[in-house]
Amino acid sequence: MLLIYCPYCEEERSELEFRQAGDAHIARPTNMTEMTDEDFEAFFFLRDNVKGLTFERWRHLNGCGRFFNAARDTVSDKFLTTYKAGLPRPDLGTLRPATEATVETYEATESDAK
Amino acid sequence: MRKYSVFAVAREAMRGHRGWEAQWTSPEPRKEYDVIIIGAGGHGLGTAYYLAKEHGITNIAVLEKGWLGGGNTGRNTTIIRSNYLYDESAGIYDHALKLWDGLSQDLNYNVMYSARGVMMLSHNVHDQQVFKRHIHANRLNGIDNEWLTPEQAQEFCPPLDISRTARYPINGAALQRRGGTARHDAVAWGYARAAADRGVHIIQNCEVTGIRRNPDGSVAGVDTNRGQINAKKVGVVAAGHTSVLMEMAGVRMPLVSYPLQALVSEPIKPIFPCVVMSNTVHAYISQSDKGELVIGAGTDQYSSYSQTGGLQIITHTLDAICELFPIFRRMKMMRSWGGIVDVTPDRSPILAKTPVQGLYVNCGWGTGGFKATPGSANVFAHTIANDAPHKINAPFTLERFRSGRLIDEAAAAAVAH
Repeated sequence: MLLIYCPYCEEERSELEFRQAGDAHIARPTNMTEMTDEDFEAFFFLRDNVKGLTFERWRHLNGCGRFFNAARDTVSDKFLTTYKAGLPRPDLGTLRPATEATVETYEATESDAK
Repeated sequence: MRKYSVFAVAREAMRGHRGWEAQWTSPEPRKEYDVIIIGAGGHGLGTAYYLAKEHGITNIAVLEKGWLGGGNTGRNTTIIRSNYLYDESAGIYDHALKLWDGLSQDLNYNVMYSARGVMMLSHNVHDQQVFKRHIHANRLNGIDNEWLTPEQAQEFCPPLDISRTARYPINGAALQRRGGTARHDAVAWGYARAAADRGVHIIQNCEVTGIRRNPDGSVAGVDTNRGQINAKKVGVVAAGHTSVLMEMAGVRMPLVSYPLQALVSEPIKPIFPCVVMSNTVHAYISQSDKGELVIGAGTDQYSSYSQTGGLQIITHTLDAICELFPIFRRMKMMRSWGGIVDVTPDRSPILAKTPVQGLYVNCGWGTGGFKATPGSANVFAHTIANDAPHKINAPFTLERFRSGRLIDEAAAAAVAH
């Protein structure tokens, strides 16, 4: 189980209190009725589904109830940082993202074995 | 390929089992193939097999970054059924079910398909209405599915607790008698052996790192950690990693990858005669021929490629199993594991051509792809060979997310899927 730092409550809480809420930094279109089908598909259905570092929204559902953003590695599930909604993407240059080599997933250990 | 038979077993028994040959070869990759399949799971190997058997294309490579059948093919709970609500889904899953029946003979490999019945428990009025709707829809599509009273359900599955004081009382069940289980590893091995026998190259430990394109945009081949391999047609059958591979060809997919967990108990004597699923409390369980109880949990709530999952997800499922079957409360669980499943917005698969000429994709099976293995492979082979979909997989396009013609099993199908 993960411990997630809520930037509003300013403490680490159990994963059970949180819900993932999709990709972060996506502007909801204001002209939805005029969009082409291609643009609507790209906004509504298509996903980057990143393997590695991703920026996503989380909600502290069973806590303060507020949405915030997180930078997470989808291979290790490690949260690199969390930050309040509305803030720009943080500079992760100083943060070293977790890589497969540092994590004991099946994938990581298998590729080590190779 | 030497045929497996009772005579072969007898012959080898007489000479110390020294005559068994390797089930498939591990050749060096050629420079060029007619078709490359990325992913040596059941769906990928099956596609190669049907391309060779039904379409006469044998110059095929199946590339696998890990080991054969080591992805979701070897990580699922081996349940087979076809009682889906919509006509399109009924078409493809029942096509698969018909192929399961006879697959062992077709492949000359015992995949241990056992039509022991899949029973889905109803716990409340809503469940009952939904299941009865399913039963009627299934029957109109010629798929067997029947309603059982709680007493009939217990008769079919004696360990079931149907008392009114149970934590999750049962007011009936839907039963598909043709549903059941199969040995998942044997499915991958059987397809691999039969495909290799027809000249298909199965290349393991070969990770695709790029998809090459011609100046006109069509597919030229793939880059791998074992060098460049050319092909005019490439089929991506990579489950949870489909988005990663399709991104190499510049195609964004309507997929999100989640970990899905399963676990098995210590082996016990035969006690559990069928497969039981419960949507409402989220549990599904069967017993393998080895004697282990095979239990499926739900997906984790967040996307991930970690091939593990949260312990609370497993605990939640075991809570439900212990309430439904109090007899199992003292059992020890032996192993648990996770696989990465690729989930589409409408929870129906994509078996289709892509915007890139010569690139085909078979993905989006979400939490329930194993049951469809033979049917999916069969129609995907047709799609690749003819550069046009079979009528069974024609609705499962990538474009449906643009046109809006979704096959919305999200709410209709069973168990989180």
